[in-house]
Amino acid sequence: MSTLSSIALTAPELLLSVGAIALLLWCAWGGDTATRAISIASVALLTAAAFLLLGPAGQGGPGFGGLYQADAFAAFAKLLIYIACAVGIIIAPRFFADGGSMRAEYPVLILLSAVGMGMMVSAGDLLTLYVGLELQSLAAYVLASFMRRDTRSAEAGLKYFVLGALASGILLYGISLVYGFTGTTDFGGIAAVFGTPAEEPVRLGRLFGLVFVFAGLAFKISAVPFHMWTPDVYEGAPTPVTALFATAQKVAAMALLLRVAIEAMGPATEEWRQIVIFCALASTILGGVAAIGQSNIKRLLAYSSINNVGFALFGLVPGTALGVSAVLTYMAVYVAMTLGAFLVVLQMRNARGAPVETIASLSGLSRTRPALAAAMAMFMFSLAGIPPLFGFWPKFLVFDAVVDIGLWPLAMIGIATSVIGAYYYLRIIKTMYFDEPAEAFAPGGSRVEGGLIAVAAVVVSPLGYLMIGPLGLLALNAAKALF
Amino acid sequence: MIGIQHFLVVSAILFSMGVFGIFLNRKNIIIILMAIELILLSVNINLVAFSAYLGDLVGQVFAMFVLTVAAGEAAIGLAILVIYFRGRGTILVDDVNRMKG
Repeated sequence: MSTLSSIALTAPELLLSVGAIALLLWCAWGGDTATRAISIASVALLTAAAFLLLGPAGQGGPGFGGLYQADAFAAFAKLLIYIACAVGIIIAPRFFADGGSMRAEYPVLILLSAVGMGMMVSAGDLLTLYVGLELQSLAAYVLASFMRRDTRSAEAGLKYFVLGALASGILLYGISLVYGFTGTTDFGGIAAVFGTPAEEPVRLGRLFGLVFVFAGLAFKISAVPFHMWTPDVYEGAPTPVTALFATAQKVAAMALLLRVAIEAMGPATEEWRQIVIFCALASTILGGVAAIGQSNIKRLLAYSSINNVGFALFGLVPGTALGVSAVLTYMAVYVAMTLGAFLVVLQMRNARGAPVETIASLSGLSRTRPALAAAMAMFMFSLAGIPPLFGFWPKFLVFDAVVDIGLWPLAMIGIATSVIGAYYYLRIIKTMYFDEPAEAFAPGGSRVEGGLIAVAAVVVSPLGYLMIGPLGLLALNAAKALF
Repeated sequence: MIGIQHFLVVSAILFSMGVFGIFLNRKNIIIILMAIELILLSVNINLVAFSAYLGDLVGQVFAMFVLTVAAGEAAIGLAILVIYFRGRGTILVDDVNRMKG
């Protein structure tokens, strides 16, 4: 494979990285007055990158000697990532308008983060995995502390940095062990070595490497027991950034985990299955129980994201194409539900226009803003997985995949834990519909945000079932690229 | 004769010191940054030792990447620490508690 055709495969990343650098120069010369133009240009770049996925970048196969994989799996994840990043840029100006801290660097940082996430989901080698992950993380640390004068934002950035760096360190230690005991960093090569039996010390070394790699990746998807940073970071970070963390970043990290588990460590499925089962059960249970006492809506959505990651992990347990496609479908629907919920959170501002985050302030929303309350109710019902809303479908697929390999008891426990989660989602609906109205929110006034909420609501509504055919086909195609 | 296992033991000790440095440290956030560097350096020892043992250059290339990224990571960490200090006037670990729940 020539270098030129490899470059064609990496077209979306190239476009975004060159574009991000050009826009950064524009920031330097244009200053904050250019913010609006730079935001529009960034969204245009993300759209262009998404269209490039239709070309060789979408199904071209390996490039740069296997370092980079441009397959249907990567294209599926990248599409979700680009959509979430674009929404993260579009919703920012109004949020930052009050604090006056919207700066021209914000869209550029998101673009760089998108490049990192694209590299993560396209990684075919431990080296690309690490570089992509770090590019994404370094941009994310800055984004989390973007409101520099807000002490909570700075604290969120600090916590995120310390625990994120620790996670990278653990992952890296695992990578060094995997490299040492398999002699290669290429995913295909690692799989070949994992497929062969080994003497005792070497087998143990490989197992240690596998455990450390999985622990590092579990940090990044914030699965229990590596979730402790999530509530603090989600609460403290600016809301548009939190929306980005809960969607784009989760998709990228989950796709990376799928690729490492299947493509690099597929022959060791028996070894990692126990880890994944434990993380999935612990995440669904803790994500449900710990959310019950929360009074801050962003913190609650953080636990909700932990809970949902747990359900998505159930799909990885079988290690089959059916399971992987269920996880991908789950992530697609999850992005729609979570973006919708965060868009509603963005509408929560008091009469003076300052953002409010308490769940109590949602009281009686059905009387002051009926449409907003209805949309939020749909997102909550959908996150809880209650039919006929679309959030039910991916949960069904995930447990279907688990049952398919005969793990009946696990599927039954998993479904039981979803009942715990339903409690706090329903509590929000009760607050909105049955409590006495609290102080009314300031009028929405933004057509774009209202439109985005409407789109997300239509996707999670029963109308979403019309997408089952194409979405399922895309996800299955993507999953088959890994096997 | 010093073999691969000696390097692995040194690296494992450094790694554990780094992790404990993050969790047991109750004083100062700068110490946490130092602990993170310790973890990354232990990984580099691992990578270079394996690279020499296997006669394969990839490990050393990887170590170069880790060094570069570690530099960027330290720069961003210190920058965040500076804005945190500006807002709060302290960098004690026990004071990082605005959010609880």
